[in-house]
Amino acid sequence: MVTAGMTSKIAVRNLSISFRETRALKDVSLEIPSNQILSIIGPANSGKTTFLRSLNRLNDLERDIQRTGNILLDGKDIYKDFDPVTLRRKVGIIFALPMPLPMSIFENVIFGPKRLGNHDRSELERIAQKALRDAYLWDEIKDRLDEMAMKLSGGQQQRLCIARTLALKPDVVLFDEPCSGLDPISTAKVEEAMLKLKKEYTIVLVTNNTKQAARVGDKTAFFLMGELIEIDETGKIFTTPKDKRTEDYISGRFG
Amino acid sequence: MFTARSRENIAFFILFLSAVIVILPVGMVVAVILKNGIAAINWEFLTAMPRSGMREGGILPAIVGTFYLVLGAVLFALPLGLAAAIYLSEYAKDNWLSRVIRLSIINLAGVPSVVFGLFGLALFVGFFHLGTSILAGSLTLGVMILPVIITSSREALESVPKYFREVSLSLGATKLQTIRHAVLPHALPGILTGTILGIGRAAGETAPILFTVAAFYLPRLPNTPFDQVMALPYHLYVLSTQVPNVDPKIRYGTALVLLAIVMIMNVIAVTIRSHFRKKKKW
Repeated sequence: MVTAGMTSKIAVRNLSISFRETRALKDVSLEIPSNQILSIIGPANSGKTTFLRSLNRLNDLERDIQRTGNILLDGKDIYKDFDPVTLRRKVGIIFALPMPLPMSIFENVIFGPKRLGNHDRSELERIAQKALRDAYLWDEIKDRLDEMAMKLSGGQQQRLCIARTLALKPDVVLFDEPCSGLDPISTAKVEEAMLKLKKEYTIVLVTNNTKQAARVGDKTAFFLMGELIEIDETGKIFTTPKDKRTEDYISGRFG
Repeated sequence: MFTARSRENIAFFILFLSAVIVILPVGMVVAVILKNGIAAINWEFLTAMPRSGMREGGILPAIVGTFYLVLGAVLFALPLGLAAAIYLSEYAKDNWLSRVIRLSIINLAGVPSVVFGLFGLALFVGFFHLGTSILAGSLTLGVMILPVIITSSREALESVPKYFREVSLSLGATKLQTIRHAVLPHALPGILTGTILGIGRAAGETAPILFTVAAFYLPRLPNTPFDQVMALPYHLYVLSTQVPNVDPKIRYGTALVLLAIVMIMNVIAVTIRSHFRKKKKW
């Protein structure tokens, strides 16, 4: 179970989730090593987003949700040893659509640090600058930090959302189909950011784009109808998958 | 008998006429009050005490009284109503308790205003020993406008997109911080609109203040919240039914002032709403 010599950032043990009567995840177990990108692929309703949103307990917000199994972050149970607020500062998420809040670019980036009680202007400016640089947005917007975030292009907004999450100094960053609304150039920039980010962060990427998974993932997991079919090194998944269903999916035979 | 085309025209005409007829009473009320009352409006009328058994002088104490009553009602109803709205929209689960609360609010809105008057008399004047006072009247009006404030605040909160909350929570904000920084600022215009509509309603009602605060004739300004005051709607009622030989223009002048206050409130509410609707970017 434990991969020798490699540190697992996150360990998921027998995770099952159901909404009312519908089972969204069935007995999923996997390990996510530090400073790597895990890509999760699978057709619609395969449970990949549900899986991602359990990692920072955003699923807690849903009504009528049942969960069994547990998730360990650095060996600690996220449902027992963390409260959701602390957990979400360690495990940030980027949503499918860019979702800036209707405030200035600067205010968006420092939203998280401010809620932590940080109100020192120069300190906040430093945090914002670093986060925006790490998200490859700084050079484009450094002269208009006080403009409304909604004025940025879609790709810039998405990188702003990445910066906003990085400003929390998380350990893990979750990406939920972050490029589904973006053009190829913006997508390339987001992917470039992700590849650099894995030096400092552990990244989990849910994507509908198998090519994207192949481009950026160190490991790739294939989900189908709530089950984890296969997880392996990305190269192996895309060349010699063990399961027929994985092969069918990545060769475009369904989904 | 008729072609489809002419039927279409007749239908359009009837519907159009019905819509126009709605404007008519509003226009006529304003026209009649304005025509008969404008002659009474001058500086003295707005700033002087009534004299000669209200047949001469001004209506200042009634204007000031109404102002205090409305202020008191809002100071009471806005924090309570807003807090209740936040609970219902952000915290309450869909269970029997929240259903009972929602049902109570709907029913509270349907209670006739004279019943609020009696309720205020029993509870605030009697039970809490506030006497007939600004405090008792304000609280009664406050209870009356609670449903307006709760309902409009709830609608305003629920119209803030769900993803604002999700984003804020995902950035490690607590629930309270999320409400305070990601939800409330964007619900404010709607809350304000509801409050102003409540103010308009509180300013115009007679029945709730009848037994709880309104003075028949009190040509001085109040000193404490425990004083009685005159109020515009009740003053109008008194002038119209209880005092013989009043120059009609004083009656209509009083009505005009009351109408102007309520209408200005409504115009402000509509302006705020449309201003923020244009600014809204999601």
